Amino acid sequence: MASLKEMRNRIGSVKSTQKITKALNMVAAAKLKRAQEQAESARPYARKMAAVIANLAAGVSGDGAPKLLAGTGSDQKHLIVVATGDKGLAGGFNTNVIRAARERIKSLIDAGKDVRVIAVGRKVRDGLSRLYGDRIVQTFEMSGHKTIGLPAAEPIAALIAEEFEAGNADVVTLFYSRFQSVISQVPTPKQLIPAVVDGDAPPIDLNGAVYEYEPSEEEILETLLPRNITTQILAALYENQASFFGAQMGAMDNATRNAGDLINSLTLQYNRKRQAQITTELIEIIAGAEAL
Amino acid sequence: MAGKLSFSLVSPEREIFAGLVDQVDAPGVEGDFGVLADHAPFMTALREGVVTVIDGGSRRQFEVHGGFADVTPAGLTILAEQASEVAAA
Repeated sequence: MASLKEMRNRIGSVKSTQKITKALNMVAAAKLKRAQEQAESARPYARKMAAVIANLAAGVSGDGAPKLLAGTGSDQKHLIVVATGDKGLAGGFNTNVIRAARERIKSLIDAGKDVRVIAVGRKVRDGLSRLYGDRIVQTFEMSGHKTIGLPAAEPIAALIAEEFEAGNADVVTLFYSRFQSVISQVPTPKQLIPAVVDGDAPPIDLNGAVYEYEPSEEEILETLLPRNITTQILAALYENQASFFGAQMGAMDNATRNAGDLINSLTLQYNRKRQAQITTELIEIIAGAEAL
Repeated sequence: MAGKLSFSLVSPEREIFAGLVDQVDAPGVEGDFGVLADHAPFMTALREGVVTVIDGGSRRQFEVHGGFADVTPAGLTILAEQASEVAAA
């Protein structure tokens, strides 16, 4: 049984842990607000982009369609992009995305496909390197970027394009965590190549008129599609960021509450023990006095 | 005069402008062009330059770096890589 001093120390250390988790919770709440705004303000662009591409895709179906849109005609080589955070202390945020990706990788490998992985965020590398370390092409870390923006998304998109051009990938899928609400972040796979024409995008009614393109349709698509990948990645990074802080807020809130419970029960034990000790001392004194 | 043109200018980070205007002038890769309401469907890449939004007597200018303009019967959408408003002179 621990001595009183040990128990006092223990209570003190839980208390300081609670202070830290409480502070982290508040920091995450503040950052969440910004990240959420950012994720929401990036949505119009992604939505418009999807609408434009859906429109273009309807026009160029067939042999002339660019490979980024139509695919290479094979689905042997898969490139999986997994995006999580660089940091932990966010509950299930990182593990959920990694688990979803790992299941996909496993089922693809079982189906005899070639799978390679691009890791975005240090936690992915940590989480996947044991099983699939030799399949990781490259790891990107977000901590080098002060805020998430195009400079963070562009190198990832460039690498994907490079791998695709080099014929190392037929299908590219991005795993990230979609921010649904503060308490719910959903690990989501999103296919980047071949581009999925968004069913949600409202079809544009042209009233029978014919679109004019300047320069040609193909040239526009060819510049638009790579940009679309960048946009999708950026949108995913924003969602991830918001999810991360949401998950961290939840995790830290729980931790703070648990620390509170622990402090209460420790304090109770401590007081009981102190009482017991005082009682024993008194009995000893009284017994000693009686003996005289 | 015909109705107003619904115009929105969006960058990956945020929506910069959205509203009904009279006319928008934009720098296309094959020449500058102006869009009024009920323009024919048209899509073009943009080069670096200034997008001018004219509404009544007021003019607002936005600097854009690369992107696309998409004209549909519903209006004009400019997807810009980067865009920022030029301070009114």
